[in-house]
Amino acid sequence: MRARADTPQPAAARPRVNRGDRAWGLILSALGGAVLIIAGGIILSLVRVARPVFAEVGLEDFLTGQDWDPLSDVFGALPFIYGTVVTSVLAILIALPVALGMTLFLAEMGPKWLRQPVAFAVETLASIPSVVYGLWALFVLVPWLRQTVQPFLGDHLGFLPLFSGPPLGLGYLAAALVLAVMILPTIASVTGEVLKTAPVAVKEGALALGATRWEAIRMAVLPHSRPGIFGATLLGLGRALGETMAVTMVIGNSPTISASLFAPGYTLPSVIANEFAEAAGDRHTGALAALALVLFGITLLLNSVARLIMQRGQRKLQGRAA
Amino acid sequence: MNAATMHTDKIEANDLSVFFRQAQVLKRVALKVPEKKVMAVIGPSGCGKSTFLRALNRMHDLVPGARVEGRILLDGENINDPRVDAVALRRRVGMVFQRPNPFPSMSIFDNVAAGLKLNRVKGNHAEVVERCLRQAALWDEVKDRLGHSPLSLSGGQQQRLCIARALAVEPEVLLMDEPASALDPIATARIEELIHELKARYTIVIVTHNMQQAARVSDQTAFFYMGELIEVGATEQIFTNPREKRTEDYVTGKFG
Ligand SMILES: Nc1ncnc2c1ncn2[C@@H]1O[C@H](COP(=O)(O)OP(=O)(O)O)[C@@H](O)[C@H]1O
Ligand SMILES: [Mg+2]
Repeated sequence: MRARADTPQPAAARPRVNRGDRAWGLILSALGGAVLIIAGGIILSLVRVARPVFAEVGLEDFLTGQDWDPLSDVFGALPFIYGTVVTSVLAILIALPVALGMTLFLAEMGPKWLRQPVAFAVETLASIPSVVYGLWALFVLVPWLRQTVQPFLGDHLGFLPLFSGPPLGLGYLAAALVLAVMILPTIASVTGEVLKTAPVAVKEGALALGATRWEAIRMAVLPHSRPGIFGATLLGLGRALGETMAVTMVIGNSPTISASLFAPGYTLPSVIANEFAEAAGDRHTGALAALALVLFGITLLLNSVARLIMQRGQRKLQGRAA
Repeated sequence: MNAATMHTDKIEANDLSVFFRQAQVLKRVALKVPEKKVMAVIGPSGCGKSTFLRALNRMHDLVPGARVEGRILLDGENINDPRVDAVALRRRVGMVFQRPNPFPSMSIFDNVAAGLKLNRVKGNHAEVVERCLRQAALWDEVKDRLGHSPLSLSGGQQQRLCIARALAVEPEVLLMDEPASALDPIATARIEELIHELKARYTIVIVTHNMQQAARVSDQTAFFYMGELIEVGATEQIFTNPREKRTEDYVTGKFG
């Protein structure tokens, strides 16, 4: 205190820096807190709107109910959960091998001049708005499925329930395909980054033993990249679960559960987007809010798993470096 | 293939040049490595020792921008001939790297057996694994934890594991790129002992920046400087009576 009074110049300067630091820290904490408060607020308000429906129907009946008829106050979420999970998982099953093959080829085998253009194309794919994907799917993908793919699959594999029924075009398969295209860039870019971090030394160790390029990838690159590829997959899955517009345009919007991939279905985000504006009353609104909470729960679960696995992978990497 | 009777030289490099894009890193090197002897390659850092070594098992094939010119005869056959399969060549010419690089996702056992699997060798892998680990003087230390991760081993043990891994494919030549530079003196001594034992069966080319090590383990020594082979000869001659001034300056520690 006395020092400050005696030598005002430097003493005043120093606390000002500290005060600035403190203010900065406060602002950051406030912003961080605000994010939490906003997230918490969203959940709370959804819970408030949804509570009457949960209370009336019961959580378990809501989650397992197969009928959705807002006009008669029948609210079962299962068709939407089913549609969301089936389309997203199928999208991953299609997108992951393609993304992995593409990035492995580019990183390990393909000509170097190809990397730049492909990376650019992938980025471009990632930046296309989903309504554009939806339009493309509606005008190109769906007719192709209806006229070519589904009749072919029906003729040859129609004995499987998966490929039975009339070729409508609109349905789970169309939604899964458009989702696959949409999440491909996410998975490919993260996978590409992960592959880049694979230790060259271990790969050379395999090559020096007389491994072919592919064997070296299998022995050295893939084991190292596995956690990262898994994380990329979960990231893509998260995106697929939440995708609304493109899916709404091609899934057929029918709250039913069908084994056939040709059949129309419905997803959680789609039904919320379609019905919220014209909800038939508080109960209907509440049921839609409940669906939103279910979707939130699914993605939250997924994110936690992704985080856990990423952390485990990282720890493994650090252990390796030490 | 009774090459041994025909060629006392296992490897013969002729007019060997290596380029990384425009830069010529190895300049018309001519060098013979006698069979079942240890050849040490010495020289200051960046002079092309590793580049030379990696040319001998065509590791440069996989480096973008790298170009190799000239001939390298292995048992009289030019390995740089495009008809030679580099994968098959690398099974005859094994390599141990500067830093131990075991496969971290495999067990100790599987690391040694990896080359057998690559070669689709049938029969008792356990026997081969034990033999190679014994040859690499590691068996007693790991025999009770063959299923463990190689990352549980010390650096020196990991390097011996990598040697055992290289031995399992029964190479004819063993290339070692500063195999002890990341190890402590005790581990280094073990590797040097090991080299003495291995030379009864393998032709060994070892890069080292450690002159005492070169003197201890090698029969012949080649001195590289700025991409050129300056002098090669019996190790004793190189260290006591070099012909070239630059060799003398280097081995007496005037630079390097
Ligand atoms: N992959 C590469 N690309 C470009 N230059 C390289 C590459 N590898 C080595 N070099 C260069 O070649 C020269 C010799 O390297 P190297 O053979 O590793 O030397 P040493 O093993 O004797 O220390 C160095 O100047 C190094 O920078
Ligand atoms: Mg080197």
